[in-house]
Amino acid sequence: MASLGIENSMADGKAKRGKPSRLAPNYWPFVLPSLLVVSAVIVFPWLFTLWMSVNSWTLGQPRTFIGFANFVRLAQDMRFWESLWHTTTYTALSVVLPLFLGTLAALVFDAKFPFRGLLRGVFVMPMMATPVAVALVWTMMFHPQLGVLNYMLSFIGVGPQEWIYNQFTVIPSLVLVETWQWTPLVMLIVLGGLAAVPREPYESAEIDGANAWQKFRYLTMPMIAPFLMIAVIIRSIDAIKSFDIIYAMTQGGPGTASETINIYLYNTAFAYYDIGYGSAMAVVFFLIIIALSFVLLMVRQRAQWSDMEDR
Amino acid sequence: MTTSIMKPTRRSFLAASAALGGAAMLGGRTASAAVDWKRFSGTTLNVNLVKSPRSETLIKYISEFESLTGIKVNAEATPEQQQRQKTVIELSTGKPSFDVVHLSYHVQKRQFEKGNWLADISGFLKDPSLTDPSLTEGDFAEAGLLFAKDAKGVLRSLPFSVDYWIVYWNKDLFEKKGLSYPTTFEEMVAAAEKITDPSSNTYGFVARGLKNANTPVWTSLMLGYGAAPIGADGKVNTTSKEAVEAAKLYQRLMTKAAPPGVSGFNWAEAQSAFLQGKIGMWFDGVGFAPPIEDPQKSRVVGKTGYGVMPKGPAAQASGTFGDGLGVVEASANKEAAYLFCQWAISHDMGARLLQAGAGVPFRQSILSDPKVREGVKMPGAWLDAVAGSGKISKLALPVVIPVTEFRDIYGVALTNMIGGADPETELKNATAQFEPVLARSEG
Repeated sequence: MASLGIENSMADGKAKRGKPSRLAPNYWPFVLPSLLVVSAVIVFPWLFTLWMSVNSWTLGQPRTFIGFANFVRLAQDMRFWESLWHTTTYTALSVVLPLFLGTLAALVFDAKFPFRGLLRGVFVMPMMATPVAVALVWTMMFHPQLGVLNYMLSFIGVGPQEWIYNQFTVIPSLVLVETWQWTPLVMLIVLGGLAAVPREPYESAEIDGANAWQKFRYLTMPMIAPFLMIAVIIRSIDAIKSFDIIYAMTQGGPGTASETINIYLYNTAFAYYDIGYGSAMAVVFFLIIIALSFVLLMVRQRAQWSDMEDR
Repeated sequence: MTTSIMKPTRRSFLAASAALGGAAMLGGRTASAAVDWKRFSGTTLNVNLVKSPRSETLIKYISEFESLTGIKVNAEATPEQQQRQKTVIELSTGKPSFDVVHLSYHVQKRQFEKGNWLADISGFLKDPSLTDPSLTEGDFAEAGLLFAKDAKGVLRSLPFSVDYWIVYWNKDLFEKKGLSYPTTFEEMVAAAEKITDPSSNTYGFVARGLKNANTPVWTSLMLGYGAAPIGADGKVNTTSKEAVEAAKLYQRLMTKAAPPGVSGFNWAEAQSAFLQGKIGMWFDGVGFAPPIEDPQKSRVVGKTGYGVMPKGPAAQASGTFGDGLGVVEASANKEAAYLFCQWAISHDMGARLLQAGAGVPFRQSILSDPKVREGVKMPGAWLDAVAGSGKISKLALPVVIPVTEFRDIYGVALTNMIGGADPETELKNATAQFEPVLARSEG
């Protein structure tokens, strides 16, 4: 089929010698293989998920078409709305904290001091660990009776905390782990940005009598803004789809206090085997992610424009 | 050696004949002679097991089955949660990759029955060429048969191992307070509260607080009030006076006498807390006992008592859970697969399971065999607790399809109660959530 296409286009070329159409090549034979693969691994699963979301289908039982009933059920499902709220708070905190601390760390590591290379290496180590292994270690550290964190707190006179074992402290505790692991990534991105910042504007700012804060606020910040935006995008995508750390540490508990949409979706599909409802949830979650991506892309473009204008 | 068999001397021939004759006179297990174990020699079986001390015992001795039958076994053991998901997904496709499946009755029984995923093995059990005469329905504990038979009374699996819930108690802590092992729920609460002393990090009671895992604790307590979460008529019974009383008891024990953070405890956290020697009582399955008597892992070796569940206001009952081995309906090797299941629950394998403390067989003939009892490595009190619990055994979870939803929904309510929520309101909300789920799946 592919070779036939090429021959045809060559024959056309001979027939209309000298015309521009001769130069118009047939790209389809080259596009087709990737198109097939993309259709099979991306388009088909998506269409299938959409189809399942309008069906009532529990494994081991017959499937029936129910239209939008799954979506109506979702709108009335308090557990879903709670999980949406948990996802939002978890994502927001997991973006803001590493961003703040990572920028701070990048500013520190941008300065020259002894053993800087070695310390940078140590600082990025958490990023290299496997999330499940990290989760297991932190679970032990958080243990209210046997954990090292409460032991350390006892030295400064703070009473034992319940960390991930309490419904009010569980999300901040999980964010602590996420921050510990991913602050180095933000630091690396911002450090890259800082390395590209020219020296001249600072010299002229010094002549103008700018203090350290003014230099940071009006020079460094605008110049590293595009890098910060990249960090925000990467962190947002990572945090919103976070599953491994939460699942390994709390499985969404205590109760449903740390149940994000991902965890609820997983439980619905693979613990309750309610594939139809789980698919409806996946569809809604996908739409939320698309919306978030648009917002982030828009903000990123604005950051780039302001960057261009500044220059 | 080969030479002597091929060319026997008169002396060796006589000795061998005498040995064979003697063995025949002693009887041994003549019954198994009727079963043609080699009938399916050359077959390959795929076996899907839950990773646990029970499956480890099976895998350890699987070569014995292979040499007995000539059947090649590919056994795969995966952790419980993953195994449950994997088997259900594969079975629902109609072409599972395994012939034998290990199932948790208390979670999967109705689901497997509704999906028609397990073969009817009633005929195999009656076939003398396939079944050893010592294996009869009457030999199984009542709970085992309840688990293994479907609603029409058809045998769908062989009961493998039973798990009764008992109370592990720290004799030292009880002695220090001048207490003896409680015989009623009231005494249990009083003892738990008396032992509790947060200043020395000592607590009277621990059990599962984590959502889902905690539900059997409450339903086991409910049995003591003479009620089950779902009645014989199929109606949800979780807002009844008994259900609320059991929830209040759970709340009292878990808030007044349990260590902080207990709402995040599954059995593993509860076990590690008990092993530290700072917990008065731990309520959980009998199968979690072996680490307690292991000096490498435990500070309560030789100091632990094993008690049968105390009596509730209406009844004394031990919450019972269990697992079985079933032949898959879609399997092309059903008889060979049945032979494997039969071997796995045989007298010898059951004895090994019990003696290692890895599980408790459903077969009464194994539990009552004095020779088997002699070889048990766990303390005598543990075995007594097993036997005592067997007498008051009751299924603790409802036999419905959405068991996981049941455990999750009521588990959240129980966790909220540990956080101070009102038991009656929580149970009402949970029931309102669960009833439509039950109607959807069972309807």
